[in-house]
Amino acid sequence: MDAGLRHTRPMPDLDVQERRNFSASATANRGDRVFNRVITVAAFSALAVLAGIAIFLGAQTIPVLQTQGLSFLTTTAWDINTDPPTAGIWGMLYGSVVLAIISLVIAVPASLMMSIFMVFLAPKRLASILTNLIDLMAAIPSVILGLWAFYVLNPTAEVWQELLNQYLGWIPLFQNTSGNFLGTPFIAGFVLAIMMIPIVTSVTREVLSRTPPDLINASEALGCSMWTMLRFVALPYGRGGIVGGIMLGLGRALGETIAVFFVLKIIFDTNWYNIIESGGGSVATLIVSRFGEISGPYELQLLLAAGFFLFIMTLIVNVLANLIVNRTGRLQK
Amino acid sequence: MSTAEFESVDVMEPEMATPASASSTELEARNVSVWFGQRKVLEGVNMTFPKNSVTALIGPSGCGKSTFIRTLNRLHELLPGAALAGEILYEGKDIYSRDVDPVHIRLAIGMVFQKPNPFPSMTIRGNVLSGLKLSGMKRSNHDDIVEQTLTAAGLWNEVKDRLDRAGGELSGGQQQRLVIARALAVQPHVLLMDEPCSALDPASTLKIEETVRQLSKEVTIIIVTHNMQQAVRVADNTAFFLASENEPGRVIEQGPTTEIFGNPKDERTLDYVNGRFG
Repeated sequence: MDAGLRHTRPMPDLDVQERRNFSASATANRGDRVFNRVITVAAFSALAVLAGIAIFLGAQTIPVLQTQGLSFLTTTAWDINTDPPTAGIWGMLYGSVVLAIISLVIAVPASLMMSIFMVFLAPKRLASILTNLIDLMAAIPSVILGLWAFYVLNPTAEVWQELLNQYLGWIPLFQNTSGNFLGTPFIAGFVLAIMMIPIVTSVTREVLSRTPPDLINASEALGCSMWTMLRFVALPYGRGGIVGGIMLGLGRALGETIAVFFVLKIIFDTNWYNIIESGGGSVATLIVSRFGEISGPYELQLLLAAGFFLFIMTLIVNVLANLIVNRTGRLQK
Repeated sequence: MSTAEFESVDVMEPEMATPASASSTELEARNVSVWFGQRKVLEGVNMTFPKNSVTALIGPSGCGKSTFIRTLNRLHELLPGAALAGEILYEGKDIYSRDVDPVHIRLAIGMVFQKPNPFPSMTIRGNVLSGLKLSGMKRSNHDDIVEQTLTAAGLWNEVKDRLDRAGGELSGGQQQRLVIARALAVQPHVLLMDEPCSALDPASTLKIEETVRQLSKEVTIIIVTHNMQQAVRVADNTAFFLASENEPGRVIEQGPTTEIFGNPKDERTLDYVNGRFG
């Protein structure tokens, strides 16, 4: 660089000079300005829809809370024809969580193993075939899955549950006193797991495949086995993304309606932990199962209020998921 | 693919491995050829690496230097389609024989890569000790190991007050010295360095070279480099690799660095070390 030239240019005096702002709209041409507006409106429309649903459901919930009080959340009942009618969705809320946990326990290890196989073990051709097949799984409509579960999974899972009860029945989780192994939370959770697997697998696979080759090299050169590489390098590196994928799947499990409707027997009682006992709860399925034979405007209001709390619950899960993802993401820096 | 089917049967004549050379030879490549799938990328490499010496591998890109260095600690076999013929003798024993655990080989023969690759989520201290953790080695005096290896890598004074900060916060040159410390923590006898300075600025490069010279008192070092001056500065011996078009890479000439650069026997070596191609 020419040193002389540099000296001829006076140094700007930052105290005296007026600062100039660079706002996107000031610098962009007209087409860009229009585009920016459209994009901004589109972004806010998502928020508007969310707010609209929340307000609509919230408005229906207020009268329900006025008549039923907080017992709408803390008790389990659906006695519409009594006077006054009493309703409580505790069992349904709790049941939704139970189903979500069962599906997580089944889907997360399965998805992790599948994605590890596809990323680190499978030959490229096989991996791409598997990727497509698993993505295809996500395209199965839930009503089809529900029908399949009703006709095919039910009799099979009945046998599994009988075996579980026979050999592990001493664990309270696997107790069954009624002898009825159909319509259990286990089967419903299993169907939800099948629905979660493609989502979780696809996110996890993507995250794991982005493990920097440098780090894999480093661990190999330090005498790592595949297992230690996964444990100390790939999984910690992808933790944020993997948790995000799991939460996406969980969101689907909590809100899923139709598939569960086919296989879960809704009971207005709290099934605390007997997951292979017939009968359980799910807010979404409660709504769809009652909606067809609705008795009047008040019951509709009750169902909408149930929907409101399902909405809140899903929102809480998503916020928690975001917190977890952000926190784990920060640790990695 | 199994490497066994490519293993050549013809072991060299016994008089080649004299007792005198065996005692001072740390690592030896005998007639090593390498394939990726059907493509042969390296042919008939014979080389000895005396104990506590520095050997530079030079040659244009794509001539098989990096591939060769990866055969020396069995990292090569982890690549898809990789195959090998010949023998690599470490302390007189073939590292590819069936009863040898590749993990032990990789711990005894450490490696530093082209791009600094500290584990970003670990602290500086954690990075240094990661080799012990990953390989399940049990050592009690962790603080001593951290200080010794960072000192040996020429980084101790710069980081001793912030051992609990993330390894990724260091500059590129510091990161490279951190991974050298990491490689040293498992006490290797040989250190392979694959263009360790190619991503670094000149000042960091000089520091790494200083580190290499210091380390060579205790460790045998094999360094791949594109920098002729670097080879002259650090290496006792130099080997020149070359691959003609559609041919596997071969060693054209090898010997003491002063010979290779001052008085090469092959014209291609002369052209290459004088920067006429490559």
